[in-house]
Amino acid sequence: MTHPKTLFQKVWERHEVVAQTADTPAVLYIDLHLIHEVTTPQAFDVLRERGLPVRRLDRTLGTMDHSTPTRTEQVFGGQPFTIESAAKQVKQLESNCAEFGVELLDLRSNLRGIVHVIGPELGATQPGKTIVCGDSHTSTHGAFGALAFGIGTTEVGHVLAAQCLLQSKPRTLAINVKGRLRPGVTAKDLVLAIIGKIGVGGGTGHVIEFRGEAIRALSMDERMTVCNMSIEAGARAGMIAPDETTFAYLKGRPRAPQGADWDAAVADWRTLATDDGAVFDREVVLDASQVEPMITWGTHPGMVAAISGTVPASSTDPVFGKALDYMGFAAGQKLAGSPINVVFVGSCTNSRLSDLRAAASILKGRRVADGVRMLVVPGSQQIKKQAEDEGLDRIFIEAGAQWRESGCSMCLGMNGDLVDKGQYSVSTSNRNFEGRQGVGARTLLASPLTAAASAVRGAICDPRELMQG
Amino acid sequence: MDAFTSITSRTVVLPRSDIDTDQIIPARFLRTTSREGLGKQLFADWRYRADGSVNPDFVLNQPQAQGCQVLVAERNFGCGSSREHAPWALLDFGIRAVISTEFADIFRSNSLKNGLVPVIVDKETLAWLIANPGAEVTVDLTTRSLQLPNGEAVTFPIEPFARYCLMQGVDQLGYLLSKDAQISAFEQQRGAVSR
Repeated sequence: MTHPKTLFQKVWERHEVVAQTADTPAVLYIDLHLIHEVTTPQAFDVLRERGLPVRRLDRTLGTMDHSTPTRTEQVFGGQPFTIESAAKQVKQLESNCAEFGVELLDLRSNLRGIVHVIGPELGATQPGKTIVCGDSHTSTHGAFGALAFGIGTTEVGHVLAAQCLLQSKPRTLAINVKGRLRPGVTAKDLVLAIIGKIGVGGGTGHVIEFRGEAIRALSMDERMTVCNMSIEAGARAGMIAPDETTFAYLKGRPRAPQGADWDAAVADWRTLATDDGAVFDREVVLDASQVEPMITWGTHPGMVAAISGTVPASSTDPVFGKALDYMGFAAGQKLAGSPINVVFVGSCTNSRLSDLRAAASILKGRRVADGVRMLVVPGSQQIKKQAEDEGLDRIFIEAGAQWRESGCSMCLGMNGDLVDKGQYSVSTSNRNFEGRQGVGARTLLASPLTAAASAVRGAICDPRELMQG
Repeated sequence: MDAFTSITSRTVVLPRSDIDTDQIIPARFLRTTSREGLGKQLFADWRYRADGSVNPDFVLNQPQAQGCQVLVAERNFGCGSSREHAPWALLDFGIRAVISTEFADIFRSNSLKNGLVPVIVDKETLAWLIANPGAEVTVDLTTRSLQLPNGEAVTFPIEPFARYCLMQGVDQLGYLLSKDAQISAFEQQRGAVSR
């Protein structure tokens, strides 16, 4: 009997080209490198300076998402981008991909979308793979049992040139989630509760494996939401062991293995789960049945509370006072009923079809409150089409929301989709940092259900109030 | 990148925890295709007022901060996005080392690849540094130590390979490319057994 291993250990060991020593990091092979317009221009410059090609074009896939417009007339109608530097960055990616021969799902491709949405959607994201991208939310792909993590631009250059990274082996953290989530409580609420419990630095230096009954019961969309926000707990990556849910999601997707290769792949993927008796460096236990709909009240994702609760009356966190000043909240203030100005449904955290369905289920037959601006931005062009085929776009538009082309959009506002100074934005994205959605913008992170319910009320609202009948 | 052996500098102190990369350099400045000249956008939303004028209350704008090469901040510095623009902006401003009790992983990795030294110290040392802004300290990679004004030195952890590259001023790509034969062998072996 071999020594019991964790999912992470198995994937790591399969990709060690050169093992780590006391003096040198491991050389880790990368199976899939996703690239986008923001974090690659300087990496391609390094290739040019050194006269290097992209080593594995078949393992490199480009798309554009951060700086791209979401207005149809700007994506398809030939109207200029709102911001010239954004247009220049997109052009730069096009010319770099053309020069080096990298496959690019460009602005008008019907397969384009947020990089962490399209990898899984195409079936390029698979169990047991190592996946990297110059974007911290690459952790999303860990939902399939891949080892997936964000890298800087220098490392993007390393992977382009060598298809490998120099890496020190991280530690492992098991987050065991018992029980089941209750109706109206989503994967977003669960991961916000986890971050609230372990803190925004709680996962630093670790790869998290999410385990337990509650995790097994999640759909792939929901697992992606959980793994996506691993980085908000500081973790290097988040992983979930592949199972029947994973295989059912991937089967038949264009870049997943087909035919006999599919059967062989599934047989192999079944061996990846953590062995009984494997030891994690740390372990945390949570009860899903105790989780409430959550919303952030401060300036990082760990500043979070149940919607039925309050801003804490006091805190030992040295930035507590600064966070309240920025947010315009008082210590001990009740959260539900607090007025809002903007609602954003989108981002790599919550822009998949099930997220749009959840938001639409609340908005159907209702109106976005007067004075509230609501943007719904699907994660990919394919999701946009699927949503339109189901009539979700009509529900959003009839409710008074704006229905857009896919992209990162108002999660970080690089394309000009911004929240104004001082305004409160209930957002299904992942970061409520100062200025994240615009200078002086006040972000309240929540689930798509909560976002839609808050849009209807014009105030922070527990979605369960609007889910009865 | 410039070789780093040792620097002696006064400190500039940001007494704040969880300083994220959106604060270090806001996303609207990432629409660049260069790594140059980002120093003027460092901590832009704290350094400048809404009308673009300099905020004299922010510590980096105060006279005593000018020329400081060492930044001190509380725990979990550099959390958030993977943008390498964060260490590029710090370096362009003139910062060569950041001292904290804890750094976010990607920020730390990016810093080490650009000649910005993340110095991890214990809580007591950090508390002293926060209480004594402007203290003259030495960050010495040869001894992996932070020397304090009272002559005391505390050692800090740093991976031997990263330290070697910093001290030689060489990037890590050359080393990675020197493993080409092993990488090719790995690809061939895997190609034969897997999809």
